[in-house]
Amino acid sequence: MTRPALLPTRRTPGKGRPIPDLSSAIPRPWLVVFLLLLVLAACLTSQSGAALSVPPLYAYINDYAGMISKETAGDLEQELIQFERTDSTQIVVLTIPSLEGEDLEGFSIKVAEAWKVGQKGVDNGVILLVARDERKVRIEVGRGLEGKLTDLVSGRIVRDEIIPSFRAGDFDSGVRNGVSAIVGVTRGEYKANDFRPLRGRNGVPPILTLLIFLFIVLVFAGSFSRVLGAATGAIGLPVVAKLAFSTLSLPILGGIAALGVVGGLLLPTLFSGGGPGKGGGGGPWFGGFGGGPWFGGGSSGGDSGGGFFGGGGDFGGGGASGDW
Amino acid sequence: MRRWVVLIPVLVILFGLYGCGYNAVQAKEEAVFAAWGDVEAAYQRRADLVPNLVEVVKGYAKHENETFTQVTEARAKVGSIQISKDTLNQPQALERFQQAQSQLGGALSRLLVVAEQYPDLKANQNFLDLQNQLEGTENRINVARVRYNRAVQEFNTSIRTFPNSLTNSWFLHLVRKEPFKADEGARAAPKVKF
Repeated sequence: MTRPALLPTRRTPGKGRPIPDLSSAIPRPWLVVFLLLLVLAACLTSQSGAALSVPPLYAYINDYAGMISKETAGDLEQELIQFERTDSTQIVVLTIPSLEGEDLEGFSIKVAEAWKVGQKGVDNGVILLVARDERKVRIEVGRGLEGKLTDLVSGRIVRDEIIPSFRAGDFDSGVRNGVSAIVGVTRGEYKANDFRPLRGRNGVPPILTLLIFLFIVLVFAGSFSRVLGAATGAIGLPVVAKLAFSTLSLPILGGIAALGVVGGLLLPTLFSGGGPGKGGGGGPWFGGFGGGPWFGGGSSGGDSGGGFFGGGGDFGGGGASGDW
Repeated sequence: MRRWVVLIPVLVILFGLYGCGYNAVQAKEEAVFAAWGDVEAAYQRRADLVPNLVEVVKGYAKHENETFTQVTEARAKVGSIQISKDTLNQPQALERFQQAQSQLGGALSRLLVVAEQYPDLKANQNFLDLQNQLEGTENRINVARVRYNRAVQEFNTSIRTFPNSLTNSWFLHLVRKEPFKADEGARAAPKVKF
């Protein structure tokens, strides 16, 4: 919407309206950057298309369908945090209102691939998925737990622990029973000694490397032209953030992109001593931002933005489904 | 001027690392083989389940001999067709493999339809367990096939696009891998209702 409105006013300056004045105050580079941001936003939104998208993982109990009471969710949350601390095994619950026509197993493995619960290399994650309107339950088992929590055992948990309570309309007990059965079966399979606690930790080393790489590219690009630097920042920083934390939502990415623009303008001048010769009047533009803080803000913003992350566990489609 | 000069070695190094894809292409081929290993393991798992399943159903449905024979024959045929990772680039070989597997899938779904008609059998704990295992295995097969196809697509793309295509035709000589055709898999998966 903004694009057609902006372009004509830029072409016809000096008609006495306030907008042309503004557009001549905004240097062309900024327009280019803005357009690039629009394109980026369009790309990102078109990716999350028609199919039911995987909701973000925000806790152990992700009750999107509103089926679980506060107390139960709190209790289970505590139990599962504790369990992960001792055993490193990650068990998460997801309830969704509807599958919207997708099949349960297909959606379940999509969730598993997006969330990556369980520790990397050990693959000890479990997802208990409940689709409210379709009245379907599935236990999705990470590869590392397939030995203990076999299809047979998961099937029995679904059939004997979860379904009866669900049939009676008691979702709290159903989820409680299911979770404690899963915990019971998987307890002792792994020990937590070798793993750090999970919240947000795992994404850090790769993001550092990516940020350093981006930093170098930024300084190079920015030393040729300010526009190039800003554009690199605007595209590079959100891409890095998205790569490191795939659950980031569009508004957050937009904010990160804005940070990237600032960084792309600021860094080259700080690190290559002077920046490009042309356009000397650019200085005051970013005088107010201050040097260091944005960079740390960019990375830690991404760090806490997603909140909760799986450890990188892999799933192979094991588990069992049932309906009530 | 000086800045441009600095840029040149950086570009050269970047190109050297990522440009010709000598390592990347081979890593992608290995990924295809690994994904194929999962596919085979999942199919093998299904084949291993068959005797138990037949045994349990036989206990309740003695006179459904025709179905049992079909399942057993399909199982035997599947056992006779194996694909090694060296033949993944032969379309006919994969076609045969896929045909045999979907025949077994079809026979198994008929077996389950037969089982539907015996209420005692449907309530049998053993049968329910086997059914869960079969469902889980079918799901594993699907997942493994999807991932195999994804790996194949990545590999095939990588050997066809520049500059990897040059690296491949000059040094590596790797051949395009064959993906699964989607529709057959969809027909093979038995739908089980409780």
